Amino acid sequence: MEQHFFGSIGIMHYLVLSSLLFTLGICGIFLNRKNVITILMSIELILLSVNINFVAFSVKLGDLTGQIFAMFVLTVAAAEAAIGLAILVIYFRNRGTIAVEDVNMMKG
Amino acid sequence: MAAILTTLIFYLFSAVTLFSAVMVISSKNPVHSVFFLILAFFNSAGLFILLGAEFIAMILVIVYVGAVAVLFLFVVMMLDIDFSEMRAGFLRYLPMGLSLAAIVFFELFFVFYLSLTHPTALAPAQQAIPDSAHISNTQAIGNVLYTYYLYPFQLSGVILLIAMIGAITLTLRARPNVRKQNIAHQLARTKAQGVEIVKVETGRGI
Repeated sequence: MEQHFFGSIGIMHYLVLSSLLFTLGICGIFLNRKNVITILMSIELILLSVNINFVAFSVKLGDLTGQIFAMFVLTVAAAEAAIGLAILVIYFRNRGTIAVEDVNMMKG
Repeated sequence: MAAILTTLIFYLFSAVTLFSAVMVISSKNPVHSVFFLILAFFNSAGLFILLGAEFIAMILVIVYVGAVAVLFLFVVMMLDIDFSEMRAGFLRYLPMGLSLAAIVFFELFFVFYLSLTHPTALAPAQQAIPDSAHISNTQAIGNVLYTYYLYPFQLSGVILLIAMIGAITLTLRARPNVRKQNIAHQLARTKAQGVEIVKVETGRGI
């Protein structure tokens, strides 16, 4: 079943890499709590780590479904970035700031 | 020799990816963050090529670097924001964020480690990867995607369309004091509305 892995690099290497990337994305969300743009970039990092996981398992199991699902993840990530940045632009136009703390207009 | 080379390339790409991910979340200037995000995407595309998934690698470069990261860059440069003020809580959240990140990492690591050391029975591959000597990765993905995943593929197109319409309608604004061409209004003009014939007497003007 196992194919395509070269040399001493196995799936564990890719899994550790992707979990480190995921962790860095989570860390970025926590550290930049005021900056929506950096939070969106951290979400992109998390989705990238998920894609690495999908492709690594796809190669490990010899199954193309993982690569196809990685493509769908990419599509949704692109749509999410476009909508998120559009919301950010109109929010900045209305309020003159993008600080997360100020997002409380809809609070009851 | 090839094994050593691929090992070295893997470590190079992954080290640069992780370094640029750290710089994305810790850089002071968000423009630099976006550039490091682009670097991370390029290096993970290299990792995907190393894995033999060329199509995903190229899509990553085209979609992420070409579209998403450039969109980020536009927005960061367009909005006039004082980013230094936004980093005020960075050091205060650092211990909390790092400890939470460490917990998440070790949880993920143990899940992967245990699942690899104590493997459970896996279902057989649904769409087996064909031999790359006969058929390219792109063609193999195309065969599977347009045969078994046609409806999800169309649905992802609909998602992109909805995202496009949503982004345009969100950011479109009608400003009150801007004069625009109104084609229907122009076409509806008649000769009576548009032209006035005046008898001008010689030597006097209007």
